[in-house]
Amino acid sequence: MKLGDLPARYADTTSWSFHVDQAYYDDLDRFRSIFAEDWDAADPGEWHRVQNFLSREARLIDEGRFNDWLDLFAGDCLYWVPVNAGGGDPRVEVSHAFDDHRRLTDRVYWLRTGLAYSQLPASRTRRVIGNVETITEPGGLRLVRSNFVLNEFRNGVAKTYSGWYGHVLRDTEDGLRIRLKMVNLLDSEQYHENLTLVF
Amino acid sequence: MTIEESISSTATSTTRTVPNGLTACSGSTVQPWSDLVRDDRVHRTLYTDAAVFAEEMQRVFGGESWVYLAHESQLPEPNSFLSTRMGLRQILVTRDRAGALHAVFNRCAHRAATVCREESGVAKSFQCPYHGWTFRNTGELVGVPWPQGYADFDKAAFGLTTVTRVESYRGFVFGTMNIDAPSLGDFLGHAKPWLDYWIDRAPGGDVQVRPGAYRMGYRGNWKLAYDNAGDGYHPSFSHRSLLEMASRMGESKDMSYFGKTPDDGPMKSYVLGNGHSVIDQRGNYDGPGSFWANQRPQPGREQFEAQIRQRYGDDADRLLDLAIGSQINLSIFPNLLIIGNQVQVVEPLEVDRTQLVWHATTIGGVPPEVNTLRMRTQEDFPAFGEPDDQANFEEAQRGLAAPEAEWVFMNRGLDVTGWQEAGPDGVVVTAVTDELHMRGYYEEWLRRMRAEV
Repeated sequence: MKLGDLPARYADTTSWSFHVDQAYYDDLDRFRSIFAEDWDAADPGEWHRVQNFLSREARLIDEGRFNDWLDLFAGDCLYWVPVNAGGGDPRVEVSHAFDDHRRLTDRVYWLRTGLAYSQLPASRTRRVIGNVETITEPGGLRLVRSNFVLNEFRNGVAKTYSGWYGHVLRDTEDGLRIRLKMVNLLDSEQYHENLTLVF
Repeated sequence: MTIEESISSTATSTTRTVPNGLTACSGSTVQPWSDLVRDDRVHRTLYTDAAVFAEEMQRVFGGESWVYLAHESQLPEPNSFLSTRMGLRQILVTRDRAGALHAVFNRCAHRAATVCREESGVAKSFQCPYHGWTFRNTGELVGVPWPQGYADFDKAAFGLTTVTRVESYRGFVFGTMNIDAPSLGDFLGHAKPWLDYWIDRAPGGDVQVRPGAYRMGYRGNWKLAYDNAGDGYHPSFSHRSLLEMASRMGESKDMSYFGKTPDDGPMKSYVLGNGHSVIDQRGNYDGPGSFWANQRPQPGREQFEAQIRQRYGDDADRLLDLAIGSQINLSIFPNLLIIGNQVQVVEPLEVDRTQLVWHATTIGGVPPEVNTLRMRTQEDFPAFGEPDDQANFEEAQRGLAAPEAEWVFMNRGLDVTGWQEAGPDGVVVTAVTDELHMRGYYEEWLRRMRAEV
């Protein structure tokens, strides 16, 4: 259900997820199929704009500014780390993260409780993003595909994660906002120790 | 001689001698391991010594008695196969062309290479990629390339090693190398009614293990996970972040009942024999719709609930409850943990490294919305609960490295008046924070390590 059609009672998506319906899952199928296509080269201005957005988002996470990061998300957002990289069917499969706005707000709250022992000490991360491509879909949303390499250090252990991001961005009065951030780890379905870092 | 020297010096012998310095009753014959496993404590080397681990992988994980291998829904048709492990043995669980279950070592009878390198699929036979030996999915050697190079070759002597006994209990497939082990039914024993409850929640008992499991790992001994699975003492503390998060929107729900002196509440722990135990949380709930009403909201809750209530009316409470976990934590020794709606398998990798595989489940006989909600509820604890436990397991493993502090204690509830009550069937019910589940499973651990099963 579109955010504008929500009954007033359910309008605050940090507390309610009335908008997560069958159409919400259908949208994910549509986004995934566009991510699987070959895209034409983007206009340099648009390409530069999304590149800046991704760099800023990455910096907010790497600096632990999770409240500021959360502000980048739209009310109907999804932060999605599937177990099967590239998707699978979330209607009948679990994900490492399938966070609508409410659960993403929970996640940031959880990280900031200071009681999540899996993040005490907290992960230190730095990531590099490249191979950025972007197109606009007919509905006006901007899709972005990129590769990432993420280094993490936590509690004496250094790790490297890599994979690709699929972003769906919406242009708003406040700038670009994240409708979907899909994180596809190279080895998402394999052995992982402590995946509580933010991708 | 120190304990560790003693353990490593005896690990290769079949009969274990007791460490010299710790013998409790000198002059009498002391059972192996009795100085390391006591009524109220176990020795840290059970979690740190590679020689103990090697022996566990042989004896506890299959050599003496049953180990969980797979769920039948992962083998959906004739000639299906699934790669898994029994201890450190690579195993293929297979169905033959008639659908009967088998388990064979995924280890070429020729020069040991892994024969099948796929995780799952359908195959009547497997050809080893190294020298081309081909085996039927029941283990028999079909043929070898250029057989004229062998004098008097008896194909029957070169099949894949087979798991001696493979049996299924209502879809849960177990194996053992011990021809003399008790029947699977006897081994499951008093765990059966609890497993039945879990299976029968699904209409028609139709449970499907989903592809795409969480493979969570931690740097600690496998028993740290088994110690934890039946432990009602830790949630108030280890899961403080989850409980705190759950109160973000006001009224605290879900696992919050662990925080209120749980021994005085309706939750109980049952020690079922043969190493099995269960925590029953259902006493916190009351009637149809109560599981659903008390679940912390997950993605899509409001819309899907509205649709199900509109379409199914009076039956909606029953259906919505099926989207929520079973409210039991059932531990079946040594590697099967039924938690909520999930099937969790403990896979030891090294003495200080373990993989926990969390298989999500869907069920038949319900509208698809129920299974979608079920996926969302099954994501919650692995994301916000389990990682904090595993962080604590890793810190325990670090602590266990200190040689002078020797013991891990499991004495909570021991000799406490009024806690334990044994039923006529031998099942002991006790307070939910009692560490009786540990004392109970170490009895089975000892039986297997002493080859007394």
